[in-house]
Formats: sequence, structure tokens, C-alpha cells
Amino acid sequence: MATARTDHTETQPRRRSATGQTLRWIGAHRSIALGGALISVIVLAALFAPLVAPADPYAQDLIATMEPPSWAHPFGTDDNGRDIFARVVYGARISLLEVLLSVGLAMVVGVPLGILAGMSGRYVDQAIMWAMDILFAFPGIVLSILIVSVLGTSLANLMIAIAIFSVPVYSRLSRNLTLGLKSMDYVEAAVSLGISTRRIMTHYILRNAIAPIIVQSTLTAGTVILSAASLSFLGLGAQPPLPEWGAMMSDGRNYLGLNIWMSLFPGLAIMITVLGFNILGDGLRDLLDPRK
Amino acid sequence: MKAYIVKKMLALPLILVGVSLLVFVAIRALPGDPARLMAGPEATQEAVDNMTRRLGLDRSLPAQYASFAVGALTGDLGTSIKSKLPVVSEIRERLPFTIGLAITAYLIAIAIGVPAGMIAAIYRHGWPDQAVMILAIMGASIANFWLALMAMNTFSVQLGWLPLLGATSWKSFIMPSVTLAVLPTAVIARMTRSSMIEVMSQDYIRTAYAKGLAPGQIYWNHALRNALIPIITIVGLNFGSLIGGAVVTESVFNWPGLGRFLVDAVRYRDYPVIQGVTLVAVTGVVLMNFLAELLIAVVNPRIRLD
Repeated sequence: MATARTDHTETQPRRRSATGQTLRWIGAHRSIALGGALISVIVLAALFAPLVAPADPYAQDLIATMEPPSWAHPFGTDDNGRDIFARVVYGARISLLEVLLSVGLAMVVGVPLGILAGMSGRYVDQAIMWAMDILFAFPGIVLSILIVSVLGTSLANLMIAIAIFSVPVYSRLSRNLTLGLKSMDYVEAAVSLGISTRRIMTHYILRNAIAPIIVQSTLTAGTVILSAASLSFLGLGAQPPLPEWGAMMSDGRNYLGLNIWMSLFPGLAIMITVLGFNILGDGLRDLLDPRK
Repeated sequence: MKAYIVKKMLALPLILVGVSLLVFVAIRALPGDPARLMAGPEATQEAVDNMTRRLGLDRSLPAQYASFAVGALTGDLGTSIKSKLPVVSEIRERLPFTIGLAITAYLIAIAIGVPAGMIAAIYRHGWPDQAVMILAIMGASIANFWLALMAMNTFSVQLGWLPLLGATSWKSFIMPSVTLAVLPTAVIARMTRSSMIEVMSQDYIRTAYAKGLAPGQIYWNHALRNALIPIITIVGLNFGSLIGGAVVTESVFNWPGLGRFLVDAVRYRDYPVIQGVTLVAVTGVVLMNFLAELLIAVVNPRIRLD
């Protein structure tokens, strides 16, 4: 597929057009292009949900329940006669929100903790890493179940729970990056010039640690979506009638054999989105790590 | 080397203390009065007060933690609110089902993932490599409960080949263990591929070729044996994600293991069960990770310096 496209660019005149250059870059970074394309489709669908799916994802039609896919309802209708296509499309909004807020919160807490641990060393380092090791010891789902049972089951609490179990990932990564950057000449020069530790942390360490942290967040995004869907499927996250993909499958589970569409399409949507993040993350990681 | 192992062994109880503290604090923060829950909805104030005293909830938090920790160490995790049975015996009844499921899933994952990763490494950049890598990244992107629903629909509802729910015969093991195995299979295939590629570029593999050994013999005897260590390690370090997957898989298939027990306990707000199951599950994961780290340290002394 991709080779066909490269052949086409090679017949172009020698002077490289902007398109030619873009295609060349895409050929060299297929993972980034493919992952980015998948994620773009999901993001656009989420942003323009009312245009993509004109049907109301909450509107019930008790005369047209459990219908198979048709022109009017491309993915069929669910047990309440709601349009499954519209619910899947609007579900993209919830899943992307889960990623944005959970990953954002985990970064805001985890990255400063990691940089602090890496810069301080000794007791502060040990104390922070002890706390992180404890959180990391829990399987993500188990820790989320514990947190959600304390806070109560809702989409917001689910996102907090997922953020908490993702914090150690970011703190460990930023600690390791800090330890590496700390011994670089430019940081040592800054220290000897008397620049404050705080400024070194933000301007010298954080700025240079951002790229790997972003790659990590792309790789974490898939896990976030899968965990959130799992918990909602178990009834511990987004509650009906929210069109969350996991919650939709939890409904669909009751109609196995009668209506497979209720479970099939939300699961496909999860797979495409997670696949997009995983492929993009792999590509970005290889781009940053020239050894591979 | 010894110092590293001693350091790791000293860190182990510290982690377990931290885990138990976190579980303890979380359970005390649960909404609702556990004594009232235990005494039942129609209990008088006096009965609730009695229950508070019996559970030790009138004592200070450190005292409560101390008796919780001592209890956990001596095999007493309290009494289930729902069944009124000791949590430990409830766990003992379900643990074999979860362990059986986890072991079956891991065996499937190793049986498929290791050969798949080897093939990918041997035919590096060829179509078998690409096929394995595409399957592996897809396997890591699928929601296991979705796969479970699709399998149930096909093999139980439509074809009637396999039992839909529960653990009734050996056939009941097939769908839950296969769906649970998908993620570890993907992880093991990728790990096997990359560690095989690394091993195959070593000098002693070149020597083996040079002395005229058959490629098959080189792959199995020389390369795989040395690539096995990272593979075993990744199996140990991913035990937590397997347990997390088991929680969901068990709930879909009504599997009588610890995972479903935990989810049900959250619904009934059966706090001694949440506390006990979480503690047992996390302890198991911590021990598995510890064994994996020890293995790395013993086998590959370069890694332990990080």
C-alpha cells in the first residue's frame, strides 16, 4: 500500500514539491503517519460529532429497538431504540476526555514529583520513590476499584482513579530523565553560575524532558482508554445513559444472541482508538531513540 | 550482587507495609458506617454500638491498623458482611480458580508468543515479521472483555460449543483463559522478538554458524536459551496486568475467582472483602515482581545498577 504511494512520488519532477517532501517523510515514518491518521479521525469525529452523526445519542425510540444496521441507523439501534452510531461517535468525546484529563492530571502530579526526587537525592528521593513503588505495586484496575469504591462511581471519579495509578509512570520516567540531565555540562554550568534550583528544574530539566514525557503519554493513552472502558463495563465508571464505550458494552452484554451490534461497534471503536495511540506512540518513540 | 539482593529484600517489607497502609486508609475512608452495615439495616442503635466495639472501630486509627496488620499476618482478614464467613476462607475457596485461570493464560501466551516472536526475529523485516508485529500491536489494543463478548456470542450462543458462564467443566476454561492470554501473548511476542534479535547479533552466534551448526539448532539451543531470561522476566513483571485483566475476565464469564469476588464486594460495599482481596492480590503481584527482579540481578548483573 505504502510502496505504491512512494512509486508515485518518484515519477514526479526532480524539484521536490511540498507534497513530495511530505510524502517522503510519511514513507520514512509510517507508524507516525498511520497512528496520527487514526487519532485524527477519532478527534475529528469527536469534535464534529453532531455533523458526523445527526441522530441524538440519547433519543429513545421504543418502536425501533434492537434493529440491525440499516441506512437510517448505520450501526443499528440498542435496547432503548437509540442510534448506536451516534452513541459510538459521541462516545469518542468521552474517551478523549478521559485521556486528556487522566493523563493531564497524572503528568501534573507525577512529573514535578519525579524531577524533585531526581534533583534532591537521598531521603526526599527515597521517600517519593517509596510512595511511587507502593502505587505501582497495585494492578491498575485493582487500585482504581479501591479508589472508586471510596469516592463513589462516576466518570469524574474514574478519571481521578486512573490518574492516580498513572502517576508513578510519569514520576519514575521524569526522575530517570532528571538523573541523566543533571550531570550534563550545561546544567552543571548553570549550577555554578548560581541559578536557583527552581529555575534549573523548570528551565533546564523540564524543557529537555518534555519530549520523552509526551511519547510516554501517547503510549499511556491506550492503557487509559482500556482501563476506563473496563471499569465502566464493570459498572464502576461512567453511568447510563452516558454513551461511554465500556458502559455501552455492559448494556450489550445482556442482549448477547439478540443484538450483537450493541457490543460489537463500541469495542471496534476502542480498538481503533487504542491502536492509533499505540502505533503513534511506537513511532514517536523510535523517532526520539535513533538507536532503534 | 549480594548487597543488591539484600537491599531488595529489605525494600520488600517496606512496600508491603505501604500497600497495607494504603488499603487500610482507603477502607476507613469508605462512605457509610461499617458497623451499621455489619449490624444490618434494622439494627437498633445499641446493636450498632456493640458492633462498633466488636470491630474495634472505637479505638484509635493506629491501634486499628496494628490489629489489622497483626490479623493479616496471622491469616485473619475479618468477616464478610454479606456471607458472614471469614474473608480468609472465602478467599481460599476462590483463589484456585484465579490461579488456574492465570496459569492457563500464561501457558497459552508462552506457547504462542515465544514461537511467534522467534519467527519474527528469524524473518526480520520479512512478511512473517510484519504479520506477527501487526497481530501483536492489535492484541495489545483490544479490550479483553469485548473479545470475551464476541467469543461468547460466537461459540456459546450461536454455535453452542462452549459453556457460556461459570466454571463447570474443562471446557469452561477455554474462553476465559484465551481472552485473558491475548495481551500477555502480544507482550511476550514483542519481547521475544527484540531479545532474539539482540542475541542473534552476538559473536557466539556467529561462531556457531561458522562451525557449521544447523540454523534450527542455533535458534533453539543457542539463541532462545539466552533470550529466555528477558522473556521470563517480562512474564513476572506483567503479573499485575494479568491480575487486572483477570478481574474483568472473571466478571464477564461469571468465573468463581477472586476478581469477580472483588467486583461483587464493591457492589455490596462488603469492605472486609475489598480489603482482604486487594491485600492478597497486591501481595501476590509484589512477590512475583520481586522474583523477576531477583532473576534479572542473578542472571544479568549489568541491569541491577540502575
